[in-house]
Amino acid sequence: MNYETVIGLEIHAELATKTKIFCGCTTSFGGGENTQCCPVCLGHPGTLPVLNKKVVEYAVKAGLATNCSINGFSKLDRKNYFYPDLPKAYQISQFDRPVCEEGYLEIKGGFGSKRIGITRIHIEEDAGKLLHETEDGSTLVDYNRGGVPLIEIVSEPDMRSAEEARLYAEKIKTILEYTGVSDCRMQEGSLRFDVNLSVRPKGSEKLGTRTEIKNLNSFRALVNAIENESERQIKVLESGGEVVQETRKWDDITSKNTSLRSKEEAHDYRYFPEPDLVPVVLDKEYIERIRKDLPELPDIRSKRYVEKWGLPEYDAGVITASQSMAVFFEDCVNAYDGDPKTVSNWVMGELMRLLNEKGAGAEHISFPAVYLADLLKLVDDGTVSGSAAKKVFAEMFETGEQPKILVERLGLSQISDEEALTRIISQVMEKNPQSVEDYRRGIKKAMGFLVGQTMKETKGKANPALVNKILKKLL
Amino acid sequence: MITKEDVEYVAGLARLELTEEEKEEFAKTLGDILEYVQRLEDVDTGSVQTTAHILPLINVYREDEVEPSVDRERILANAPDTLNGCFRVPRVI
Repeated sequence: MNYETVIGLEIHAELATKTKIFCGCTTSFGGGENTQCCPVCLGHPGTLPVLNKKVVEYAVKAGLATNCSINGFSKLDRKNYFYPDLPKAYQISQFDRPVCEEGYLEIKGGFGSKRIGITRIHIEEDAGKLLHETEDGSTLVDYNRGGVPLIEIVSEPDMRSAEEARLYAEKIKTILEYTGVSDCRMQEGSLRFDVNLSVRPKGSEKLGTRTEIKNLNSFRALVNAIENESERQIKVLESGGEVVQETRKWDDITSKNTSLRSKEEAHDYRYFPEPDLVPVVLDKEYIERIRKDLPELPDIRSKRYVEKWGLPEYDAGVITASQSMAVFFEDCVNAYDGDPKTVSNWVMGELMRLLNEKGAGAEHISFPAVYLADLLKLVDDGTVSGSAAKKVFAEMFETGEQPKILVERLGLSQISDEEALTRIISQVMEKNPQSVEDYRRGIKKAMGFLVGQTMKETKGKANPALVNKILKKLL
Repeated sequence: MITKEDVEYVAGLARLELTEEEKEEFAKTLGDILEYVQRLEDVDTGSVQTTAHILPLINVYREDEVEPSVDRERILANAPDTLNGCFRVPRVI
């Protein structure tokens, strides 16, 4: 039987605020254990949380950038459960009145274009971090992360494959970066995915029993976990069994997912309105002010590249996936008079290749965009050959030096001086009378040999077009 | 009406261990409390606006400005058990 996988994602993103959601403790990453805590984020009795203004602003921004409607009236609620990463024994979150509801995003792939619904975006506090590697098996708790502001973006079950889920998650990341809502540093856990997944016979309208896989923190883990869980559920159904509704845990190292807890043990969170915090009321004027401040979003930017600069849709999509890359690309196109597609070829070719090798993003490019434009101009005016330009580029990528200086230092400037080249070619012809004669007798490939010899003589610096022209004249 | 099973369920969520007598007692007292609160249902609230909060306040915010945290020694001084600058608790998965 053919099966269809149905996927919904819950994405947690740490917001780019300087301080925690309810107190002035810093949110900076990597501080010593429990050095970024205070009585408020530790939930000491008698303390009162006060909502960080910026958190509301970021949540509204994220909502507007994902086509959500913003709730004029929103409130915070307590979600009650016992776990040592939660010092108050409840998490302040939002239950029935989240900041944003009913949005969507478009994703594009081999399947064409598809709209993924966003159910809601709410604000909440992050939990502390549990460390398990003690000798006696006890658990250590670091509350630095406790109280760091999060948004949780809940999607509709609109995705049908790991690829669609990845594209959607990547799109969310791009948008959060563009809007500055989150730095999305995945290796620091700033962006985490929970997957809700079920399978059903293809064509069936009824949803199967779903499982939840929690806390995936890379796109690779997301894809692997979805493929793995989808296969597992199909196997269960094929062997006549039933999928049990439960929470499962993905292990990156073994690439396996295992049961964490079944629904019977599932929590009854007993949500109720947080009495320590007053409601959040957002008027139209506030919302419109934030809408006006939104940057140009990736889809619109991509469309502009296609329409204004004639870039292929694919190129535009790849470049706009990262805001830093898009800014770099645009600066370069503006500094360069030639075809934007030439810039795109270099950005998507050499630049992305070298960045990938380093595992770095566009924000780590060591030279200004105008240097790439300078280099392309040097190619256009014949100062350097295309292959020499690649060498210059690699060096520029490492050192951040100007291309003109590098061309000189690496001795890569092309010989485009007609007189000088004529002299060298004449010498080459003198040394190779046989080839000259072959060519004149009609053996055209002798020409290639003479070009090769000229290039060897000039250590590859001769302008190939000019060499061809002069050779033909002399022969 | 609150049954003994209701009490056991709520006690479980709150990690409370109750004796049989206590379960009986709380079933009755919790039931009394709910019944008392239920009297609100007889009040005509047609003209009262729905609210999630008793105070007539909205949008109480703080600016996103860093304030010093509390020294770790003082933070951990309240903990029953610590190790390597962390709170130490019984093992959890």
